[in-house]
Amino acid sequence: MTKRTIDVNYLARVEGEGSLSVTLDGDRITELEFGIFEPPRFFEAFLQGRHFTEVPDITARICGICPIGYQTSSVNAMEDACNTAVTPEIDALRRLIYCGEWIESHALHVFLLHAPDFLGYESAIHMAKDFPDEVEMGLRIKKIGNSIVEVVGGREIHPINTRVGGFYRAPTTRQLEALIPELEWGLDAALQTAGLVSGFTFPELDRDHLFVAMRHPDEYAIARGRVVSSRGLDITAHEYEDHFTEQHVARSNALHSLTADGQAYHVGPMARFNLNFEQLTPHAADAATRAGLAPPVTNPFRSIAVRAIEIILAFEEALRIVRHYRPPDPAAIEVTPRAGTGYGVSEAPRGLLYHRYRIDADGLIEQARIVPPTSQNQPTIEADLHDLISANLSMADDDLTWQCEQAIRNYDPCISCATHFLDLRINRG
Amino acid sequence: MRKPKLAVWKFASCDGCQLSLLDAEDELLAVAGAVEIANFPEASREVLPGPYQLSLVEGSITTPHDAERIQQVRSESEFLVTIGACATAGGIQALRNWADVAEFTRSVYATPEFIDTLDTSTAIADHVTVDFELRGCPINKGQLLEVVNAFLYGRRPDIPGYSVCIECKRRGTTCVMVADGTPCLGPVTQAGCGALCPAYHRGCYGCFGPAESANLPALISELRRLEVDDATLVRALRTYNAYAPEFRAASDELEVTG
Repeated sequence: MTKRTIDVNYLARVEGEGSLSVTLDGDRITELEFGIFEPPRFFEAFLQGRHFTEVPDITARICGICPIGYQTSSVNAMEDACNTAVTPEIDALRRLIYCGEWIESHALHVFLLHAPDFLGYESAIHMAKDFPDEVEMGLRIKKIGNSIVEVVGGREIHPINTRVGGFYRAPTTRQLEALIPELEWGLDAALQTAGLVSGFTFPELDRDHLFVAMRHPDEYAIARGRVVSSRGLDITAHEYEDHFTEQHVARSNALHSLTADGQAYHVGPMARFNLNFEQLTPHAADAATRAGLAPPVTNPFRSIAVRAIEIILAFEEALRIVRHYRPPDPAAIEVTPRAGTGYGVSEAPRGLLYHRYRIDADGLIEQARIVPPTSQNQPTIEADLHDLISANLSMADDDLTWQCEQAIRNYDPCISCATHFLDLRINRG
Repeated sequence: MRKPKLAVWKFASCDGCQLSLLDAEDELLAVAGAVEIANFPEASREVLPGPYQLSLVEGSITTPHDAERIQQVRSESEFLVTIGACATAGGIQALRNWADVAEFTRSVYATPEFIDTLDTSTAIADHVTVDFELRGCPINKGQLLEVVNAFLYGRRPDIPGYSVCIECKRRGTTCVMVADGTPCLGPVTQAGCGALCPAYHRGCYGCFGPAESANLPALISELRRLEVDDATLVRALRTYNAYAPEFRAASDELEVTG
């Protein structure tokens, strides 16, 4: 067989920088490495010695795309450590700002990062020449998500209003009601989006995935809940590290997560959809039926359609919360530090985000541990790539390379979170 | 006339500042019409070769490889603008500059020898000539558009260097420090955020870095009068712009005298 090498430098349309290197010996994959070369930033180390009230602002800086995720998991952990419960009004406002982040992040991924793959464009800007209405619709959906974050949080990126115990200042009823017309437009646009993306052609890629997501008895879990799996796991955040471990591999500045018995698992929209399907909001459930999506969805290329369903859900939830809004008073519960360990989880747009902190009696951090969704999905991404390449060996290098990139983007990997460079290389021997 | 080529580069950062360009939802397609987006991996697979007329650089220098890469970026760029606190001051990851990085690596990674990192996180301007620095953690997208516009029209960006206090007054926010005794870095922090935190009843935490002629000693004595202890003051100055010279000198001095 003629030796072939494919080099694609820098995987595009992901948040961060990673690499894929594949070596083929005939029809056999001898090496497959999805590497992350984002320079390490050592958050867990420099959090030591910081005051527990500073942590939501600091951990937000791990990721410009999902700061609400980091803020929410960290306040959940701190409130757990200090044995404090917040009011239902604060919970509702946390869910609302998180819906804003889901809408903003999912619309970014669906329209600007992933749809161009399905339609054969290098970018959404190229795509906009032929699909101007669709790209403009996507940008407006994204903007509405951002405006929710801005109204509740002060600004879209690294919002300033979230604190341990609640919020610095509750938005007024009038401020939130002003969002309603755009939220109604957004819900309608999201329904159109689901119709649009479910009509794409999805490459074959079906595997038995172990799905892991949060679950809450009252709602499609976002900002609070237990951790469950498609194989019957049902635990609190306290027990997370008994069931999941992280490994450090040479090719990566991120850590890879596996289950305690060494299996890859899958977090994010597909996991949430499959595990919490019964709790979809009415329009989201209808749209799923029309899109032909029912659990278990096992082809990760369909994640774009699942994200569209979650955008619908986030709009419905945002509308419900805004219409029933009662400003929390006080805006925050006073939290007194005490020595101990706190555990917090939340569903970032890309999946489960776990935080653990040990604090001393003065509220200073002694130890921090953060497990972002992309580290958890990395082994699953590699397994997908393995299957995809094995099944498509006859494909031309350029096409196979693009499809591998698309398969990685199925997970909307945030390499800044997991730490970033995607340098895609396929070496055929 | 050929459109100028725009490139966006990433070093150690959270992606938030380059995301600000994608967050300019109303202006994004107009920007894409005015410049040729030639190298912006977060948005496009297509990479056009340099030279680039305008390079936006996000992130700080933390690895030997990146210290070389920024030289290459500079040589391919006519006008180089750094965006955000990581690029202009080293970012939150510059907290390593006061620590033992080998110890940091051991506490985060099981196999520290796999990690190739410098002992410091430094601003881009410490490595190459920078034509303009846009502050903020994150940057303000209105200011980013102003920088791109100014570049297109060949003028200097209109980005004020005065403090957050001016923005608070303009917004009509009652001073949180005077009225409530809430510690606030507004008097020494550059404007640009719109004086957000005081409007939300919290003190400014300095995410835009030191303002022009910031008087740190005056603020520190006022904060001490509000019974803020020195350890808290050091932490307050050591966040997203910890290694900006004015903040760095003040926090170092507090450690020596405190």
